[in-house]
Amino acid sequence: MKYLTEYRDSERVKRLAAEISRIVTKPWAIMEVCGGQTHSIIRNGIDQILPDAIEMIHGPGCPVCVTPLEIIDQALAIASLPNVIFCSFGDMLRVPGSTENLFKIQGAGGDIRVVYSPLDALNIARQNPDKEVVFLAIGFETTAPANAMSVKLAKEHAINNYSVLVSHVLVPPAIEAIMNSPGNRVDGFLAAGHVCCVTGFAAYPALCKRYKIPIVVTGFEPLDLLEGIRRTILQLESGQAKLENAYARVVREPGNVAAQLVINDVFELTDRAWRGIGVIPNSGWQLSNAYRDYDAEIKFPVSDIQPCESPMCRAGDILKGAIKPNECAAFGKECTPRNPLGATMVSGEGACAAYYNYGRLVQLESQ
Amino acid sequence: MKEQIVSKDAQQGKATRISQPVDFSKFSCPLPLQDYPNVILGHGGGGKLSRELLEHIFLPAFKNIHLDRLGDSTVFDIASGRLAFSTDSYVVQPLFFPGGSIGDLAINGTVNDLSMSGARPLYLSAGFIIEEGFPIVQLKRIADDMGAAARRAGVAIIAGDTKVVQRGHGDGCYINTSGVGVVPPGIDIGPHRAQPGDTIMVSGTLGDHGMAIMSVREGLEFESQIESDSAPLHAMVADILVACLDVHVLRDPTRGGLSASLNEIAASSGCGIVVEEANIPINPTVHSACEILGLDPLLVANEGKLICIVPPEAAAQVLDAIRKSPFGASAAVIGNVVSEHPGLVVAKTAIGGSRVITLPIGEQLPRIC
Amino acid sequence: MCLAVPGQIESIFDKDGTRMGKVNFGGVVKEVCLAYLPDIQIGDYAIVHVGFAISQIDELSAQETLRTFAELGMLEDELEELRATDSEERTHSGPVNPR
Repeated sequence: MKYLTEYRDSERVKRLAAEISRIVTKPWAIMEVCGGQTHSIIRNGIDQILPDAIEMIHGPGCPVCVTPLEIIDQALAIASLPNVIFCSFGDMLRVPGSTENLFKIQGAGGDIRVVYSPLDALNIARQNPDKEVVFLAIGFETTAPANAMSVKLAKEHAINNYSVLVSHVLVPPAIEAIMNSPGNRVDGFLAAGHVCCVTGFAAYPALCKRYKIPIVVTGFEPLDLLEGIRRTILQLESGQAKLENAYARVVREPGNVAAQLVINDVFELTDRAWRGIGVIPNSGWQLSNAYRDYDAEIKFPVSDIQPCESPMCRAGDILKGAIKPNECAAFGKECTPRNPLGATMVSGEGACAAYYNYGRLVQLESQ
Repeated sequence: MKEQIVSKDAQQGKATRISQPVDFSKFSCPLPLQDYPNVILGHGGGGKLSRELLEHIFLPAFKNIHLDRLGDSTVFDIASGRLAFSTDSYVVQPLFFPGGSIGDLAINGTVNDLSMSGARPLYLSAGFIIEEGFPIVQLKRIADDMGAAARRAGVAIIAGDTKVVQRGHGDGCYINTSGVGVVPPGIDIGPHRAQPGDTIMVSGTLGDHGMAIMSVREGLEFESQIESDSAPLHAMVADILVACLDVHVLRDPTRGGLSASLNEIAASSGCGIVVEEANIPINPTVHSACEILGLDPLLVANEGKLICIVPPEAAAQVLDAIRKSPFGASAAVIGNVVSEHPGLVVAKTAIGGSRVITLPIGEQLPRIC
Repeated sequence: MCLAVPGQIESIFDKDGTRMGKVNFGGVVKEVCLAYLPDIQIGDYAIVHVGFAISQIDELSAQETLRTFAELGMLEDELEELRATDSEERTHSGPVNPR
């Protein structure tokens, strides 16, 4: 695929990794706050070709991992209602709520449909006027333009059997929460490239200044990730703390203005609870007043939600990089990919699932 | 006064039409099939309507002397020795997809299951569970596909059954096929036989079938040239056995893709497996489709491919044999069986890292992360 | 949250007042919403996430980046070679004479 495969060239990747080894002189911890980047790192084995001095900490960048338990439980309650077609991205289907997940609701007779785009959910609403169609609108800023457009179009075309259960989260507040948390070890951040396609990167220099950390806007392919890491290390080694854009082919400072206009119309800022971390003020988006009629939380008030996280689950500490997955008492025992206690064991790029799969190999090899 | 022949259905109180009086010696069905464009409950009842389905749809499609006898069971001769027996049910949605239909899968799937034991497939049964209201033209197409697939695979469908369930149950059409084949002497093929040092090869590109299905799945559809690879592998297996009688493992990576099969083999044999990702053949368009939906091609189903594990000294001639046989042109060596990390399947990534290929938990789903 | 893939715009059309297009991703064609890239044209490349084009690929910038990657390490390799040759000459013929 053009503009994708070239950034996976193994020769160039090895040379870039060697270049990083040449410039690093002491241990550094870098965090990526993007599930897509975490996935690429694990899937390609990038952290294995980095010098030992560099530790990659996988941050809370996957909406699967951070969507609050309350929202999951609400989603499950709505999906169980008769006459509801519940649509979702595939990632969310196995995420455990307090007692079950969307798969199990499907097994019990719920009409749950995986979609590629929120526009597909809107189409399902058009095609099924006698049903209520609810879309689980999760994601970081990258997905907000799509989710927002589906609601805007629903209003424009009066598709009133469509509604969304919103749980959008934002990256800059997450970076602040990480930097403010006690025991934080992060020296520098890779900023999520596709988030910045939408938002631009005007919000980041202030973070660099306040916390004295380098932040490098980074892409997703092996060459892009290594380049982002290389520039971060260069800054760290020379005591700099500024914003750089290593993904210039798609990210520009203003971001996508057309998308921002629609987001500002359809959404408004709100406090958000991040699963495992807690409430971060002004860290999320909810539907604005003008679109309240399309808010599934209002349309389907489900009372009696008593979210109950497994007492053993330490996903929050893991998301902040405070402990490693294998330092959790339940890891590999009560909590496995087949039987996850928390979201970080469910998602393929959740730190726990990644560790479970790769970590076992390391353990066995060292025996 | 002319006698009116009252049909058996009418005697049993079922809806029917009274025919003109006919000469019994030249009895032919007075209710032409085209009067029922959709399957109705009566078609599963075992009476005249069932017989119609048989005579107008299944017999012409499956055409063989065994079926023509229409006994309650079919008796046949078989050479002495070991038999292989297999069964599988087919519930794919949609029923028709780029490159094939449920009919192709139903025959090739069981033919391949038998072939993976080294057997030469001979006879199949076909059981249908059809939903009331299912269009007859689609049933005819499925049956014709099955007949053609059976002839291509050199097997005969010699027993069958049809049931009809109420509208709302049954997703259109479900098919079960069971099959029997003969295993030549000297063959011991099974996942437990993989040994450290063995060479692992695949017979062609992976992920075609699963992505062909995805391309027509509601909510995920896309346009492409991707077609299901559904195909019978009996001839390929015969060629492999000529090249090397001591094949250790043959496996067709259907549900769960390459990953599920390799994990099962690793678990069964107590060995580890290492594959080189760069060597795994994948059609570039399948690759693209997986990229868009966030799917791993190693977990996507195949319906016309096999994994072959052989002692290293036989690898070259087995690979050559596969490449020369039908459906094997893109065969490639992808890895080895090792003694390290027993039970784990590891892939060396193109950039020099490694990742553990895990057993998929349930169906692989498109992702946005 | 960032699975977004590059594709080439093959056609642009209006669907109920919304700007849409057919985008080709390495042989796979999907209908994509182009409302957020009002200036993109047929033949251009865009990054697409969940059915929406969110950024146009700056092809010049892409080529430049690829060139940098190609050269990176190559320069280092050349320098290594030079150093190796240099030290060989020193071993064989004593210090290099100033020109």
